[in-house]
Amino acid sequence: MHEKVIFEYSRPGRGATDQWPAAVEVNDIPAALRRKTAPMLPEVSELETVRHFTRLSQQNFSIDTHFYPLGSCTMKYNPKACNQYAMLPEFLARHPLAPESHGQGFLTCMYELQEMLKEVTGMQAVSLTPMAGAHGEFAGVAMIRAYHRARGDLARTEIIVPEAAHGTNPATATMCGCIVKEIPVGEDGDVDVEALKAAVGPNTAGIMLTNPSTLGVFERRIEEVAKIVHTAGGLLYYDGANLNAILGKVRPGDMGFDVIHMNLHKTFSTPHGGGGPGAGAVGVSARLAPFLPIPIVGKEAERYRWLSETDLPQSIGRLSAFMGNAGVLLRAYIYMRLLGREGMSQVGEFATLNANYLLARLKAAGFDAAYPDRRASHEFIVTLKKQARELNISAMDFAKRLLDHGFHAPTTYFPLLVPECLLIEPTETESREVLDAFVSAMVHILKEAEEEPEHVRAAPHTMPVRRLDDVRAAKQLDLTWKPTPTPQALRPAPPLPG
Amino acid sequence: MAFIPHTKEDIAEMLAAIGVRDIEQLFEEIPTNLRVKSLAGVPTALTEMEIGRLMMERAKADGRPLNFIGAGAYEHHIPSAVWAITTRGEFYSAYTPYQAEASQGTLQLLYEYQTMIASLTGLPVSNASLYDGASAIAEASLMAVRANRKSKSLRILVPTTVNPFYRKVAAATASNQGLRFEEVPYSPTEGRTLVESLAKYDGQDITALVIQQPNFFGVLEDVDALTDWARSRGIFVIASVNPTSLALLKPPGEWGANGVDIAVGEGQPLGVPLSSGGPYFGFITTRMEHVRQMPGRIVGRTVDLNGKPGFTLTLQAREQHIRRAKATSNICTNQGLLVTAATIYMSLMGPKGLERVAASSHARTRELITALTRVKGVRTAFNTPCFHEAVVLLDRPVAPVLKALEARGILGGFNLAEYYPELGNALLVCATETKTGEDIERYATALSETLKAAKAA
Repeated sequence: MHEKVIFEYSRPGRGATDQWPAAVEVNDIPAALRRKTAPMLPEVSELETVRHFTRLSQQNFSIDTHFYPLGSCTMKYNPKACNQYAMLPEFLARHPLAPESHGQGFLTCMYELQEMLKEVTGMQAVSLTPMAGAHGEFAGVAMIRAYHRARGDLARTEIIVPEAAHGTNPATATMCGCIVKEIPVGEDGDVDVEALKAAVGPNTAGIMLTNPSTLGVFERRIEEVAKIVHTAGGLLYYDGANLNAILGKVRPGDMGFDVIHMNLHKTFSTPHGGGGPGAGAVGVSARLAPFLPIPIVGKEAERYRWLSETDLPQSIGRLSAFMGNAGVLLRAYIYMRLLGREGMSQVGEFATLNANYLLARLKAAGFDAAYPDRRASHEFIVTLKKQARELNISAMDFAKRLLDHGFHAPTTYFPLLVPECLLIEPTETESREVLDAFVSAMVHILKEAEEEPEHVRAAPHTMPVRRLDDVRAAKQLDLTWKPTPTPQALRPAPPLPG
Repeated sequence: MAFIPHTKEDIAEMLAAIGVRDIEQLFEEIPTNLRVKSLAGVPTALTEMEIGRLMMERAKADGRPLNFIGAGAYEHHIPSAVWAITTRGEFYSAYTPYQAEASQGTLQLLYEYQTMIASLTGLPVSNASLYDGASAIAEASLMAVRANRKSKSLRILVPTTVNPFYRKVAAATASNQGLRFEEVPYSPTEGRTLVESLAKYDGQDITALVIQQPNFFGVLEDVDALTDWARSRGIFVIASVNPTSLALLKPPGEWGANGVDIAVGEGQPLGVPLSSGGPYFGFITTRMEHVRQMPGRIVGRTVDLNGKPGFTLTLQAREQHIRRAKATSNICTNQGLLVTAATIYMSLMGPKGLERVAASSHARTRELITALTRVKGVRTAFNTPCFHEAVVLLDRPVAPVLKALEARGILGGFNLAEYYPELGNALLVCATETKTGEDIERYATALSETLKAAKAA
């Protein structure tokens, strides 16, 4: 299973020469500005390259190969059609600064995507430019700040964040120059309304909320929360990480949110790509519309054009060199057209059905839900507090052993306030058989934890590598390959028997 | 078509296991007055056959004009192997490699990428990528503020020759944290930033200077002099570079006496299609002493329980999911899939292939400039060394000329009138290895006829 680093295949003078243009001399660039030694790129043939990267790909778990119930990440099937039709040659070749006359087809898709996103979220206007969820969060909080500033309300620099929030929420608030105020969550998983009341005031810029929350439950008093924040003069930010749970069932705009970001790579099934590209479109209520990031696609007399600084003089500005992750947006557009309005509500329904079914089965098998009295949304939390105490088996041990059973692990140790937690999100595209097999694996591991705990603690056993030394990784930084003799400790171990 | 596998029997049995009568009951915690009444604004579903046909019609309507626009996004040949492998489900549909043991493919690829991009820029460490070349300048500026502990001013000098879109993005991203981006004017005859124009900042507290090479006009800046000026005054240098050019041009790690502090750039030329502006990826590299101030994911090599080498995300204590409000950035994802494409592209090109791409693109641009300036009413704007992009001046406004060329299926370049009105009728043009002699001749002929017709009118 060991695959060499590509530089170890390198041979001077070799290369995928058929891919190279003809050699030409360059003699009009002064020597002082020229490179003197060649960069260290591999010298390998095309077949060696194809084999190497194909083998690397085979060392990954992915949605196409494995159940991937990573909570808060919505790892559902990425339809192949979305990729194929977003990669039509004309779309790929289109230069971002090409005139609108050579982009009406593309711009039509973008305009219609904006309209569909408005409809499913209940917001009044949409900008597609943010390039990831966190980038959308940045746009959202920057708009909240711009709104208060435009009103001369300069004291409003505090952003309220529940303690269960994604780490990106407080980090974003800091990036926008705001001060973060964390508030607790009650026993039942809902925001502590009394704490919220005490937290708001004349310095409140807004609150960032995920609903359903990262605890996998719907914030039942959302209307009251909205009223408290609005009455105090603040705005409500909706983190769309969990939009899949409520798609077609309830809309953030109707809950009272002023601004939202959507993770198109979650809810609208664009690929996660090993950690990106995402797309974090933002939607706003009417009062924030003048502040949207540019460009936005406008429609005039059946022609589509970019709206820029002149159309939106109060815009928070440009967040990407051009218009964001256009190719990702095309994939989301195709996905939404394939689902149609009927499919939208099915997403929320079946994501919720699968999560509640999986929760019910796990509870019946002896696992503890973190919020046993609540309905699960599209995800839920199992806490292994008891197993950790009685068997000395951690959530991480469970996660690693699940890999041996052919399942990607759920999200572990997030949210931070639930001890030894697994955040499990099955998504709507998984069949009942897969969910049943996951339950069997969990039951098997639990039994193993009682009878053979060492085996669980030493998991995984069947992956390309065993558990990795993270401390060494951070202390003895090895971030690039170097062409020196490999130290003894780094030499590949001989193949293990069996 | 919602890709849902459930049969009627499945649904009935699952509901029974949960103990509810129907799916609606699962939503009982949501106040009924908030429930969606209609989604009339979303069209009804299409089949795959129907959406395929619709998308092909729209793509066809956009056409494939002959493109001579660069301006930060460059049309290069992409070997078929690049995207054939990149779109394999194991790369395409995986997530951030949190479970390292089940993500060694992505992790090792990122480690190889970090090695390649570090070597290309001549600096020892790289992260696993940022969103794009524009946001990379914003992140580098914020990083300079954290790392340059001697400076308290948050003032970043940005020459006017830096990509104007990048300057806008940097301001929109970093000004909320109090950073101020101050423009440094360029020489109107040379099209580059003169070290003399920095004299007025002598003795002032400046956090960093951004240098783009080649600059937005394609002109080569005097990077050694600019770097030495800044570093001798305790000012950080942020290089913004085109990765293709680095096969030919001096890497930022070697600029001036001791190299720059941070190098960033747009990774798109490395195997990523133009695709209306994205997804692309930004890269960032730095000196080892600043690694803990770097934003984004970083992959390290370590060993497993058996001493076998393996790869994992490292230095995560910088990041938002650990540090929350005190993180180096709010960035969570990188642009993994584009990095996958770029790593495969760089492997196929190798040092010699990439040098040929750079040299060939540059030679084509020289040919283009020669052909265009033979046309009456066209001359070059600057007589300074350039790389694979250049400014030409027309004897009349650029916009109508571009419009006329567009009608003939040619995208003639980027009109500089909006961002550089002081240059007059200036047009930024670019050719890469994808352009043939006939393509260049076709453009020159069309331009000649267009200018003649305009004169006659």
